[in-house]
Amino acid sequence: MNTSSDIILEMQHIRKTFPGVVALDEVHFELRRGEVHVLLGENGAGKSTLVKILSGAYQKTSGRIVLHGRETEIHNPHHAQELGIGIIYQEFNLVPQLSAVDNIFLGREQHLPSGLIDQKRLAAAAQEVLDELGVKIDTRCPVGELGVAQQQMVEVAKALSQDAKILIMDEPTSALTEHEIKQLFTAIRQLKTQGVSIIYISHRLEELFEIGDRVTVLRDGKYIGTEQISDVTKSQLITMMANRELKAHFPKEKAARGDEVLKVSGLVRKGALDDINFSLYRGEVLGIAGLLGSGRTELARALFGIDRMDAGQIFINGKPEKIGSPKQAIDLGIGFLTEDRKSQGLIMALTVKDNICLPSVAEFARLGFVDGRAENEAADRFVRDLRIKTPGLNQQVMYLSGGNQQKVVISKWLCCQADILIFDEPTRGIDVGSKVEIYQLMNQLTARGAAIMMISSELPEILGMSDRIAVMSRGSIVGEFSAGEATQESILQCALGVT
Amino acid sequence: MQRDFLLHYGRQFGTLIGLLGLVLILWILTPYFLTVSNLLNVAQQTSINAIIAVGMTFVIITAGIDLSVGSIVAFSGVVLASALQIGIPLPLALVIGLAVGAVCGLVNGLLITYGKLPPFISTLGMMSVARGCALLYTGGRPISGFSPGFRYLATGELLHIPVPVIIMGVVYIIAHVVLTRTKLGRYTYAIGGNEEAALLSGVNVRAYKATVYGLSGMLSGLAAIILTARLNSAQPIAGMMYELDAIAATVIGGTSLMGGEGRVVGTLIGALIMGVLRNGLNLLGVSSFVQQTVIGSVIILAVLMDMALKKRRK
Repeated sequence: MNTSSDIILEMQHIRKTFPGVVALDEVHFELRRGEVHVLLGENGAGKSTLVKILSGAYQKTSGRIVLHGRETEIHNPHHAQELGIGIIYQEFNLVPQLSAVDNIFLGREQHLPSGLIDQKRLAAAAQEVLDELGVKIDTRCPVGELGVAQQQMVEVAKALSQDAKILIMDEPTSALTEHEIKQLFTAIRQLKTQGVSIIYISHRLEELFEIGDRVTVLRDGKYIGTEQISDVTKSQLITMMANRELKAHFPKEKAARGDEVLKVSGLVRKGALDDINFSLYRGEVLGIAGLLGSGRTELARALFGIDRMDAGQIFINGKPEKIGSPKQAIDLGIGFLTEDRKSQGLIMALTVKDNICLPSVAEFARLGFVDGRAENEAADRFVRDLRIKTPGLNQQVMYLSGGNQQKVVISKWLCCQADILIFDEPTRGIDVGSKVEIYQLMNQLTARGAAIMMISSELPEILGMSDRIAVMSRGSIVGEFSAGEATQESILQCALGVT
Repeated sequence: MQRDFLLHYGRQFGTLIGLLGLVLILWILTPYFLTVSNLLNVAQQTSINAIIAVGMTFVIITAGIDLSVGSIVAFSGVVLASALQIGIPLPLALVIGLAVGAVCGLVNGLLITYGKLPPFISTLGMMSVARGCALLYTGGRPISGFSPGFRYLATGELLHIPVPVIIMGVVYIIAHVVLTRTKLGRYTYAIGGNEEAALLSGVNVRAYKATVYGLSGMLSGLAAIILTARLNSAQPIAGMMYELDAIAATVIGGTSLMGGEGRVVGTLIGALIMGVLRNGLNLLGVSSFVQQTVIGSVIILAVLMDMALKKRRK
C-alpha cells in the first residue's frame, strides 16, 4: 500500500499570496489511491485555499502540483473536473427545481438524434452511479425536496459520473444527523474500495479517527506535518493545530471593570442558540471564541434585534428590555460592527459623512431637516480622532482601504453614542497597521467605560485583547476563561468539544 | 467646494450638455424653437411627466420601480372630477385627489414591505387595479366640465409663466431639499444603496419604503389635477404609458435602476430632453411613428453612455 506508485497527487512547496497576505507558504500535501486524507487546521489555517487551488478556483503563486506522476497546471474549475478532481462544498451547487438525474448530468446532457434529451439513458446512468454509492434516492423528485444528506449524495454522484478520482469534501458532516453521517461514511468506504481518494476537511476530531487514514495539519498557512491517524492522539493533533505565533503585538491596556451593562439569561433561538447566559461589564472586552458555525454571529444578531429570540431575557443596565429591531437595539446603546463590512456594515456608494451619521441622523434633524453643519462637524471630529485616511468627508467609502472603512463603521457607532459594542471579526481583511490602531481604539473605548463583546476567529487576537473569554460550540457557551488562564490549546479544546 | 460640486453633479452636468446640444440643433433646424413662447410651451407639456418622474426617482433610488403611476393618474383624476361635480369645495377636492393617489401608492408600499412582494409585481398589479377602479367608478365615461377656478391650475399664468410650470418648479425645489437635506432623503439613498446595512443602522426600512411609494402615488395625484384641469375632463383611460415616460426621464437623468444614486435635477433634465425632443420633432413635421423610435433610441443611448462613463471612472 505504501509504494510510491500509489501516490496519485503531490502538491509541493505551494505558495499562495493575496494582496498583502500570504495565505499559504511552503505547503506540502500528498494523496494516495483509495485513502481518506484529512486536512486539519483552525479557521484561516489555509485549508480552503489549498483545496481551492486543487479545484482550480484559485491559481497558486508558486509550487508544483504532480498529478498521476506528471506535473500539472490546473487552470480553472472546469479543467480540474477534466483532470478527475471533484469538490463538494458545504453549500451545494445544485439546481433545487431539477431532479437528481438532471442535476447529475447538468451541462453534459446526451441527446437523441431528434435533439431531445435522452432521458432513459441518463436515468439509467444516474441510477448506476447511485447504486455504486449504495444509496437509495428518488431520482425524479426535485432535489430541493430531498434531505440534506441525499442532496449531498447527488453531489457525490455528480462528481463520480464525471470520473472523479479525487474527491474533496469540505465539512461534509456539518449539516448531517448522526444516522446520516453513518450513511455518508458507508458511502465513503465504498468509494475507497473503488480506488477513489478523498480529501476530507472537518473540525470534528472524533470523525477523523473514524474515517480518516492520514491527516495533514496546517497552521497560519504553513505546513505543520502529516501523520498516520492510527499513530496520533487527539491532544497531539490539537497541539499541532494550536500554538499559532503571536504575530501582531497586542497593545492591550486593562481598564477598570465597572457595572454590569448587559446580562443575557436563558437566550434560545431554535436551531441556532441554546440557553445562552452571560454578562458584560463596563470597561471590559469579552472575547467570544468558537469555530465557524458555532453560533457566535447568531448570538450577536439576536442581541441586536435582527433575529427573533424564542426564549430568554436581556437586561440592559439591570432593566429587562425587549429588543425587536436594530432600531431598538441602537436606542438602548448597542452598536454592531458586522462581520461583513461590504454587505452589512457600510453603504459603499454613500460618503464617509453619510455613513458615519446614518444611525444618528435623527439626532441631527430638526423637524425632519438634517443640520448639515452639525453633521459635518461630528463626522470631521471622528475622521480626525480615528485618523481615517480620506480625501474628504464627501468621499464615497468604496474608495477607502479596508482599515479605514472599518474605522468608518466604528465611528458610526461612536457617533450615536453606543456603549455596548458588538465587534464581529473587527480586524478581518485589514492591514497590520490598521489592526493595531483598532486595538488601541478598543482600549480608548473601554477606558471611557464602554463594554465590548468581540467575536473573533483569530485566537491570538482573542487572547491578546480580551479580559474574559467565552467559548461557543453548537449554539451554546461551553466554557469561560479569564484572560490570564486561557491558552490557545485550552480554548481550542473547549471549542472542539474535547474534554 | 467646486470639486464636491462636480463629484455630486458630474453625471447631471453631462445630461445638461446633452439637453443644450439638443436645443442648439433644434434652434438651427427651426428658429421658432427657441422663442420664449415655445419654450414655455415645452415646459408646460413636460410638467406632468416631470412631476410623476419625481416620485419615480425616489422609488428608483430605493432600487424599486413603480409601474402603477399612469393608472393612479386616471383613478385620482376621476375621483377628483366627481368630487368637483357634486360641489365639494375646490381645496377639499384637491386634497381628495392627492389622497387617492397617496393611498394607492401606500398600498403598493405595504405590499412591497410587509407583503414582501417584488416592486415590479406589486405595482404591476396596482396598475391594473387602479385602472379598473377608474373604469368602474365612471362606467367608462369621461367626467367633463369644471369651474374656471379649477381650470386656472392648468391654463392660468403668474408673471407670464404657466401655472403648471410653477407647480413643477415648486415640486422640484421641495423634492431636491427633501432628498438632500432631510432624514427621508438620506434614508432613501441608504435603503437603495444597501438595504441590509440600512436596517442594521437602525433605519425603519419598511416605514420609509412605504412612504416613498406613497409619495410617488401622491405626485401622480398631483399630475392628475393638472391633467384634468388642462383637458377640462377626467378620462378613465388617461395616463396610459405615463409610467414608461417617467421611468425614461429618471433613467436619462442618471438615476441607476440598481438604486442608491440619482438626483431630481437629473430627472428634470431628462424630462425636458424628452419634451424638447417631442416638441422639436413636431415642429419639424416628423411623424409620430418616427418620434417613438427616436425617443426610444435616446433612452438606450443615454444609459449606454452612462455605463461607459462609469466604467472609465473606475
